[in-house]
Amino acid sequence: MIYKVITKNEFKKFINGLIGENQTFGPKQVDRRADGKAVYQFMEVSSFDEMDLNYTVTYSSVKNFFLPFKEELSHFKFSDNDWEQAVEYRVNPRVIVGARPCDINALAILDKILMRGAFPSPYYIARRKNTFLIGMDHEPPEDCFCKSLGHDTVHRGFNLFCEDIGEQYYLTINSSKAFVFLKNVKAGKPTKKDDVKLIERRKLLRESFQARVEVAGLSSVLDIEFKSPVWKKWGDKCLNCGSCAMVCPTCYCYGIEETIDVGMKSSRKERVQYSCNLVDFAQVAGGHNFRPLKEDRLKYRFYHHYRGFAENADDPICVGCNRCGRACLAGINPREVISDLQMEG
Amino acid sequence: MDYRLQRQNINTEPFMTKPPQYNRKSIVMRTDKVYKCEIINIVELTHLEKLFHLKILNRTERRIFKFRPGQFVMLEVPGFGEVPISISSSSNNTEYIELCVRKAGRTTSVLHQAQKGAKLGIRGPFGTSFPMEEMMGSSILLIAGGLGLAPLRAPVYWVTEHRDKYKDVHVLYGAKDPEQMLFTYQYDEWKKVNNINLLTIVEKQGKGWDGRTGLITELFKEVSIKPDNTYAIVCGPPVMFNFVCNYLDGLGIPMNRMFVSLERRMHCGMGKCCRCMIGSTFTCVDGPVFDYWSVLNLKEAI
Repeated sequence: MIYKVITKNEFKKFINGLIGENQTFGPKQVDRRADGKAVYQFMEVSSFDEMDLNYTVTYSSVKNFFLPFKEELSHFKFSDNDWEQAVEYRVNPRVIVGARPCDINALAILDKILMRGAFPSPYYIARRKNTFLIGMDHEPPEDCFCKSLGHDTVHRGFNLFCEDIGEQYYLTINSSKAFVFLKNVKAGKPTKKDDVKLIERRKLLRESFQARVEVAGLSSVLDIEFKSPVWKKWGDKCLNCGSCAMVCPTCYCYGIEETIDVGMKSSRKERVQYSCNLVDFAQVAGGHNFRPLKEDRLKYRFYHHYRGFAENADDPICVGCNRCGRACLAGINPREVISDLQMEG
Repeated sequence: MDYRLQRQNINTEPFMTKPPQYNRKSIVMRTDKVYKCEIINIVELTHLEKLFHLKILNRTERRIFKFRPGQFVMLEVPGFGEVPISISSSSNNTEYIELCVRKAGRTTSVLHQAQKGAKLGIRGPFGTSFPMEEMMGSSILLIAGGLGLAPLRAPVYWVTEHRDKYKDVHVLYGAKDPEQMLFTYQYDEWKKVNNINLLTIVEKQGKGWDGRTGLITELFKEVSIKPDNTYAIVCGPPVMFNFVCNYLDGLGIPMNRMFVSLERRMHCGMGKCCRCMIGSTFTCVDGPVFDYWSVLNLKEAI
C-alpha cells in the first residue's frame, strides 16, 4: 500500500477534476426529519461544494450502486414459435466519493459472496470494476456499533481512502488508477508528524463510539437460542415491510420477476431486491410456507446477519451501521435484540 | 490533466461467447444464459402432472449437460418465470431429459398449456446428488410420497442400469388416491424385468383400486430390512420426512446412509438469492440431497 498526504484545497481540486471527467456521486443533504436531523443520500454531483463530506450517515448504503433495487438480467425477443435470449452487462464508469469504512467493509463482504462464491455474478463484477471508490473516515454517530463488529476501520475494497488529520487528508492508495489520478495534483510523502497525527486521529475515533453490542459467542448463542421467546417478542412487533433489507449495506437476497413487454414481442427478466421479512419469501408453489410466522422470518434475518451462511465461510455479515434500526417502522433495533439474546438486559 | 476512467467492458471477455457450464463452479460465466430446448414429447401422467421430454437444441450445450441422479434444473418459460424441477430421467440418456411437472403455480400453469415443439430454456444441472456408487453392494430402500417419486425416478433408472451391483431394491410409494399415482405404466417393468420390490399404498380408496390403503409406514411391515447393509432414500411432502426418517433411525440404519431430497423456493439455483436457505445452508448448492445427519443439524429443515 502507498500512503500520501494532500491539503484539503488540493483535494478539492482533485475531486473537481474527477467530477469534470466522470459521472460522480457523493453525499448530499436531501431532506430534514421531523426532529430536525438532516437526511443524507448519495446523489449525483456536479461540483465538490455540492457534497457534504461531514455527513453523519446516508439513509441507504452504497450497496444500491452495485445491487440496484431492480436490474435486468436478460431479455427475450419473441418471433414465430421461437425466441432468442440476450444477456448483457451494462454499466458506465463512475466515481463515488465519501463512503464510510462500514460501507466499504460491506462491499468487501459482498465481494466475497458475489465475486468469489460458487457462481460469481457477472452483473456485480461489471459494476464493481467500473466504480472508482473514494472512502473517508468519520466520527461515529451515537447509534453506530460497527466497532463491536470490527468494521470501524477498513483495509480493502476501495481505490482511495482519506483520513482527516486537520489541514490535510492522509491518503491510503489502493489502486494504480488512484495513483495515476493523484499525479494531477500536489500530494506529498507523509512526514513523521503526519503519521503521529494519523494515529491520534484513529485513537480519537476509536474512543468516540458510544453504542456497542456483545458479539462474543453470538453465533453459538443463535444456534442454542433457536426456540427462545426473544424471537416471539420482537417478531410480534415486525410489520413485514422489508425496510431493513432495503437500507442494509449487505442484504443481497433477491427475487426474479419476468414481465412481457406491451406489444408481446419481448420480455424482461429482472432481479429485484427482496427481504426475508416479506411473507412469501420462503413460500413454495402450492401454498406451503416454510417460514409462516413473523418471528421465523425475523429470526432468519438475524441468523443470516450474525451467524452467517456457508457461502460466506459462516462469518457474520452485519457491519454495525444501524441503518435497519433507524429505518424500522416498528422500532426494532438490532442492538436491543442481541442484548436480549445475550441476556444482558 | 487526465481524470477519465476507462470503461471496463466485460461484454467483450471470452466467457461471453462460451456456453455456461453449470457443473463447473467458481468460474465467471453468463449465469443467466439458458440452454434452449424443444419439447419433443408430453406424457400426461395425471390431471395435475405432466412429463415433458426436453431436447437441448445446441449440440455443444447438449454435450456439456451432464447430470447425476438427484440433481435439478431451473426451467425457464420465457416471459413467465423460472422454476426449479428435479430431473426424472436416466443420467445415461444424452438425447433428452425428462421433467415431471405439477401444475401448481403461475409458471407451471402456463407450462401445462405448452404443446409439443414449444421452446423452453433450462439452466443447470444444479445441486448435490445421491451417492449411487457408494451404495453399490448394498440393498436400497427408496421411499416416495406423492410427487416425491419424480426425483426418485432418476436413481431408479440408475439402479435398473446397474442392477447387478445392488442387492435387494425396494420402492415404497404412497399417494393420496389411485388417480394421483405417477409413472404407473412402468411398475410392471420395474417389478418383472428389474427385480424391484415395488409396494404401493393409497390413503383414500378409489375406483378400481384393489391394492393397499393407509399411510406409507404400513408398507414397512411387508419388507425385511437389514439395517447394517441398507441405504435409504426418502422424498415426499414435508410432513412425511419426520415419521419415515424416525422409523428408519429406530431400525438402526446409520444416519449417514439415509438420504433425503428437500424442496424449497428457488430463484437462482446458484447460492445467491437465498430463497432456499435452510438454517445456514443453501438447498441449491449444498442440497437438495442431504444425508439425515446433516438434516438434523440444519435448523428448520423438516
